[in-house]
Amino acid sequence: MSRRIVGPFNRVEGDLEIKLDIEQGSVKAAWVNSPLYRGFEQILGGRDPRDALVYTPRICGICSVSQSMAAAIALAEAGSVEPPLNGRLMRNLVLGVENVADHFTHFYLFFMPDFARPVYADEPWHLEVVKRFKAVEGAASREVLPVRAAFMHIMGTLAGHWPHTLGLQPGGTTHSIDGAAQVRVLASLATFRRFLETRMFGDRLESVTALSSKGELDAWRQREPAATSDFGFFLKLADALSLDTMGRATDRFLSYGAYALDDAFLFKQGVHAQGNDFAFDAAGITEDSSSGWFAPSDGPRHPSRGVTMPDAEAKDAYTWCKAPRLAGQVVEVGALARQVVDDHPLIRDLVQGSGGNVANRVIARLIEIARVVQALEAWAKRITPHEPFFVDAPALANAEGVGLIEAARGSLGHWLSVKNGRISNYQIVAPTTWNFSPRDAAGVPGACEQALVGAPVRDGEIEPVAVQHIVRSFDPCMVCTVH
Amino acid sequence: MSLICAEQPDFLSALDAAGIRLLWHPSLSEATGSEFSAVIDGVRSGAIPLDILCLEGSVIHGPNGSGRFHVQAGTGTPMKELIAELAVLAGDVLAIGTCAAFGGITAGGANHVEATGLVYDGSDPGGLLGPSFRAHSGRPVINISGCPIHPGWVVETLLQLAFGTLRQGDLDALGRPRLYADHLVHHGCARNEYYEYKASAERLSNLGCLMEHLGCMATQVHADCNIRLWNGGSSCTRAGYPCISCTEPGFEDPSHPYLETPKLAGIPIGLPTDMPKAWFVALAALSKAATPNRVKMNAVADYIITPPTVVKGKPQK
Repeated sequence: MSRRIVGPFNRVEGDLEIKLDIEQGSVKAAWVNSPLYRGFEQILGGRDPRDALVYTPRICGICSVSQSMAAAIALAEAGSVEPPLNGRLMRNLVLGVENVADHFTHFYLFFMPDFARPVYADEPWHLEVVKRFKAVEGAASREVLPVRAAFMHIMGTLAGHWPHTLGLQPGGTTHSIDGAAQVRVLASLATFRRFLETRMFGDRLESVTALSSKGELDAWRQREPAATSDFGFFLKLADALSLDTMGRATDRFLSYGAYALDDAFLFKQGVHAQGNDFAFDAAGITEDSSSGWFAPSDGPRHPSRGVTMPDAEAKDAYTWCKAPRLAGQVVEVGALARQVVDDHPLIRDLVQGSGGNVANRVIARLIEIARVVQALEAWAKRITPHEPFFVDAPALANAEGVGLIEAARGSLGHWLSVKNGRISNYQIVAPTTWNFSPRDAAGVPGACEQALVGAPVRDGEIEPVAVQHIVRSFDPCMVCTVH
Repeated sequence: MSLICAEQPDFLSALDAAGIRLLWHPSLSEATGSEFSAVIDGVRSGAIPLDILCLEGSVIHGPNGSGRFHVQAGTGTPMKELIAELAVLAGDVLAIGTCAAFGGITAGGANHVEATGLVYDGSDPGGLLGPSFRAHSGRPVINISGCPIHPGWVVETLLQLAFGTLRQGDLDALGRPRLYADHLVHHGCARNEYYEYKASAERLSNLGCLMEHLGCMATQVHADCNIRLWNGGSSCTRAGYPCISCTEPGFEDPSHPYLETPKLAGIPIGLPTDMPKAWFVALAALSKAATPNRVKMNAVADYIITPPTVVKGKPQK
């Protein structure tokens, strides 16, 4: 057996190190370390509650709006405020654009470049991957940056800029857009749709989201132009490298429910495990800090009573990340979790067949792009200029609020307590805190730690490429994780 | 991430134009783990020249100066040591964002993590490298502050460095490129008419000026946000929320909630930069009295309810 420390990982957001025990050509055990601590929860203590909308988005430059949304919803709940319809549509649009942009960035810039690595030089598809997806130099890197930047004009139009907007507020949005802005958003969406349909999918978004089984997907991807689309290319690689056998974690999936509107979610809330659906109960969330560099606590706590006290000398610790659990269990969050909980037929079929794995995580992300872009178009059309977008929220004296939302990378929660008009406690559990959780007090590894077990290690590999595929298949955001 | 929103040219094309080859970027490069370490070793040995070092994020010194709150993955070395080591090897050093420049949000409150910028601790000279630091070019650290940065500020500074056109005197007293820091956020604000007449928004989402009640610092904050514009043509104030001073040292700890204007006897404490107080008070009183009804009405509405009067016929000269 050999032990290896892999890091720094790039093309993930933030700092990440992974310790591997390797035996007979595969990973036997893994420990995920987030080697950065910043202390946002302490920074928030004692502030005016509204100031959470300044601090929390600055946790992260890529999930910025997600943090704003969770904070705005926690404040809204604490103040019993409900935004008008336009405000709710704007929120969904702003969050949806960030989430889609993050999936898009992940696919083209973070995930696909690994297939262009020299380790695959002998594969028949390698030259083609290098031409299209090689980091920085590939045609796709060049092509997608302007497409992404133009798509982000929607953020400018609706919320001033991205990242770090103050436009999302508990009572709606600060910008009451007019009819001209509305059509600009629709035009930006149409431009983005064209790229997706010509390059990413080679098909109408509606046809992509209508795929309802693995059999249909397999037939679809044989046909031109889907076969030579970027998604089609990925599916070919996934087959060639058996990515559906890599990176299986707990197969227990959580979604807080995404894009609330009209008293329902676009993507349902719930838990899915071994073919069964369960109701989600927020009371069952705990955070265990026994493997983190934190002061000893009296066992796992619900985040509303959570404590974050760093202690670099803590015994048996290996990360700045806590270990969140739902009803004591490890769960996986993200696009795959959202789509399987929402019962998307293709994703259900894939998970039924091969569980949560590298291939299915990527497929779910792309299916979600296609689904959310259609929803964005519908929300933008529903905005009614000259109707209200905003109501003022009352000043908070003593209150509690929870903001549970779905960021690109999965379930994000903010738990806020206000005493005498000041924040008395603020606890954040980010998506990658779930996925890249360390071991809990019982020694149970987190989702990514489990997913890495069994990863193949080729002769002479220092950073096993399979480990890189598995880690990046979660699209980790380490800066949010450790906030 | 803000940087990859650069347009015309996009970020990679801008690097091409400048003849800059990325040695390593955390989001874009293929190299990871030992491949990254090989790049660093090459820089250390002098085999790989490091023309420009860009740091994003603050330098974390805690706990107790040990740097253990931010350790470089894969090596166990405190990140602050690696940064210090690379900075002395670099032709130029750029602090990208307010955290890297001044400490920023991560230095907020009691600053448990002991965060600083590269050569500033808030507005005090100091930080990791100390105020006398000069890169090989002879220049001090270039502080492209902003939370977020505008991609154009970074791209244009890189282009100027690459073309050798960044002159002495092109940086302001805080080391910020004057290409954006010679403006105030107020310059080009689309709410200018409301400002002129002190017709103020009473709540977020109103069209009026955000300075009197809602904490807007735009008349004091150095940046060209309302001239250059963001993400296809907008800005904080254009989207209805106040300037919170994110390019300035100490913006993480204002003495008041961000969305409230601190006042003394009803007059905002923070006066427009270079404006004598007596004149400001006098002009404000005068312009308030002179406010057209249209401006007064629209200032407290969420849409233009009273458009400018249409005068039929040719405009009067």
